[in-house]
Amino acid sequence: MVLCRVNSLNNLLMTRISTHARNVSTTRLSGDNTQDKVKGKYDIIIAGGGMVGCTLACAMGKNSLLSKLKILLLEGSPDKKFVLKPEYSNRVVALNQNTKSLMNSIDVWPHVENMRLQPVRHMQVWDACSEALISFSSSDILDDDVAYIVENDVLLEAINKELKSNAIQNVDIVYGAKIAGYDSPKALGREMRNLVKMENGDCYSCDLLIGADGVNSKVRQSMGVQYVSWDYDQMGVVATLHLAEECENTTAWQRFLPSGPVALLPLNSTTSSLVWSMGTAQAKHVLSLSDESFVDELNDALWKQYPRSSAVDACVSWVGAALRRAGLPDGAQRQLPPSVRAAAPASRAAFPLGFGHSARYVAPARALVGDAAHRVHPLAGQGVNLGFGDVKDLTQFLSDALYAGLDITHPSPLEKYESGRQRHNVPTQLASDALCRLYSLQLVPAVLARSVGLQLTNALHPIKKMIMSHATT
Amino acid sequence: MKNHSLTYLKMFLSRNLSSQGYKCPSRAFATLNNKTAIKETTIDQSHVDKHSKIAKEWWDPNGKMIALHSYNLLRVPYIRDGLVIEEPFKRTLTPLSNKKILDVGCGGGILSEAIARLGANVTGIDASSELIELASDHCKLDPKLVDNRPSYHCTTIEEHSQSFPDHYDAVVASEVIEHVANKELFVSSLVRAVKPGGKLFVTTPNRTRPMQILGICVAEHILRVVPVNTHDYEMFITPNELTFLLEKNNCHVQAIHGMMYYPVVNRWTWSSSTTFMYALQAEKLTDEDSNV
Ligand SMILES: Cc1cc2nc3c(=O)[nH]c(=O)nc-3n(C[C@H](O)[C@H](O)[C@H](O)COP(=O)(O)OP(=O)(O)OC[C@H]3O[C@@H](n4cnc5c(N)ncnc54)[C@H](O)[C@@H]3O)c2cc1C
Repeated sequence: MVLCRVNSLNNLLMTRISTHARNVSTTRLSGDNTQDKVKGKYDIIIAGGGMVGCTLACAMGKNSLLSKLKILLLEGSPDKKFVLKPEYSNRVVALNQNTKSLMNSIDVWPHVENMRLQPVRHMQVWDACSEALISFSSSDILDDDVAYIVENDVLLEAINKELKSNAIQNVDIVYGAKIAGYDSPKALGREMRNLVKMENGDCYSCDLLIGADGVNSKVRQSMGVQYVSWDYDQMGVVATLHLAEECENTTAWQRFLPSGPVALLPLNSTTSSLVWSMGTAQAKHVLSLSDESFVDELNDALWKQYPRSSAVDACVSWVGAALRRAGLPDGAQRQLPPSVRAAAPASRAAFPLGFGHSARYVAPARALVGDAAHRVHPLAGQGVNLGFGDVKDLTQFLSDALYAGLDITHPSPLEKYESGRQRHNVPTQLASDALCRLYSLQLVPAVLARSVGLQLTNALHPIKKMIMSHATT
Repeated sequence: MKNHSLTYLKMFLSRNLSSQGYKCPSRAFATLNNKTAIKETTIDQSHVDKHSKIAKEWWDPNGKMIALHSYNLLRVPYIRDGLVIEEPFKRTLTPLSNKKILDVGCGGGILSEAIARLGANVTGIDASSELIELASDHCKLDPKLVDNRPSYHCTTIEEHSQSFPDHYDAVVASEVIEHVANKELFVSSLVRAVKPGGKLFVTTPNRTRPMQILGICVAEHILRVVPVNTHDYEMFITPNELTFLLEKNNCHVQAIHGMMYYPVVNRWTWSSSTTFMYALQAEKLTDEDSNV
């Protein structure tokens, strides 16, 4: 009886594993054909050389153990020569302290500092439908900068500079790589081998295939895993903005409008970057406006009084008074956002926003990192930071596996990576999603709940600290 | 208790099957308790058939030895870190190179191969010629072992330590001592094979009340399925007894850690309690040490 029980446990485990393996899609070339054309054999192939894929390659090249492996990075776009122009790019990201320390550990951060970045020392988030506000400040929470605003292409250039330097010897890079498809991993003796087929007929094989190929990841599709996703029917409108007045400009501003959040991220004393989420139809309209009308509409979004509920106002001011009596911050030390003078010519663009979660980050001999595994609303500025967290953990677990004599395709490090990252990423994604939904409501009870919630969060130091520490890891 | 019993049922099961079902005599040391050596009388498979069956059972990571495979994730780093300490940024793929290690009761070579992959010069000994053959064959399959295959010998630790006294940087006895009747002889033989200043690593179940209850329970249920030695648990040794034996043999016990196994997820973890299983690390003292 006991035997049966134990055996059925075993069987259960085995079936789980085998169904899993069966889910992997099979588009197999006839074996002999491919053997001839294999252009290179690698330990690891990273598909996708965006910010996350390049950072992964760099981190692996710098790790004392992983640098002993042969790694290939495949990037679809051509190798562009980068020149730092005086005008800022409209695509920027807010990087947290964890990302900074990862970038420092692989010697990329100094390159960023040599080009340009803007530290964020304060953050103010407020509600258009009430007086409620929350502010974060480096001095009272971390004693360090809250975040850094860096242009995507500056960061990518910094990573590539290090990746292509003599410090890294084990990474081959192919640009303009058109990947046609992936063969399901085949067991060769005791090892699994992935086959990556290129459109020009070339073929690369590897032990471990890592998908860093963004939201529409082909590697993820080839893994046959469940992917939960929805569109917000929103676009993120971006632009580079000139401010009306010169100021220190180290505050990141975000105002929640019923149509979506609008954020100003500082670039220098007179310039900020815009991320403005709104419904798709409104985004099309905003893109079609003249520069002047666009700036007018934007200033409205930052300053305009929205219809208020007197009940909410009364509650918020009562809570504020109560907090003041208790000696806690009441949110009245409101700072005023800068007003915008002009948008840099041709800097306006819009990107669709969505949510995506891959139920599995790993499959036998495969793993996903960055947007390939998770996609999040930009309102919390977390997207690429989550991806860099993936890079740090995956590198660590693979390196530990090698140090314990395991193969890099061993299930143990891959499963540790998946469970560790999902435990961090999924709550962050869901919290961003919940905020997005909560602030799209104009119903009085919802406005009341979120306003008081925001006030209390702002007043309670430990909770704020918790939010900050989650957002920086 | 319920959880734990499930855990250990599973472990015992694989151990008892291995020592009975197909006469896996890996634990048949000269010092082995006679009671366990129950012989099967009919062999109706060809030698080759049986060989490949055993090979499959030993080396399928989800097969009968599932717990021994995942056990490596705990015991290999334990042995490694007991022998070398490298700063994270200076780590190498072969931290154990230049280390001579003896794996006592190596069986099919699950642990021997894993340590050899870290660069160690591994000798595996086992009293079963069948398993030694299996282990020697299997290590040829791993390309990462091409230049550093373990060498396997069918012998006992008593004999081996006579020919190789003071020879090894480390001697490992993982899940062996609980099958041995003459523990004094066994421990002194282990110690003899180690160089002065070298290390001993022993992992074994503890002899505690919870473990005993578990042992009876397992035996009763398993008796219906396969003939089995029901008094296995009496052979278990406590950390204190083992420490006493080692110190009597001029060793200093440096650390004892508890371990737990969770069969449903097939995962081993370190535990603050040594109630069920433990790992012990000792150093053989040099003559100067012992004179102090
Ligand atoms: C409007 C907006 C604002 C944002 N703001 C922030 C922010 O403030 N902070 C933040 O952290 N994040 C932000 N994000 C999210 C962030 O941009 C993404 O998380 C990040 O770009 C993901 O990086 P990645 O390398 O995973 O994917 P990607 O950047 O999508 O890179 C994928 C790469 O793979 C290549 N590729 C894809 N398929 C193939 C193929 N078949 N063959 C070869 N190559 C292939 C592509 O060419 C590309 O280079 C924002 C996103 C948007 C849309």
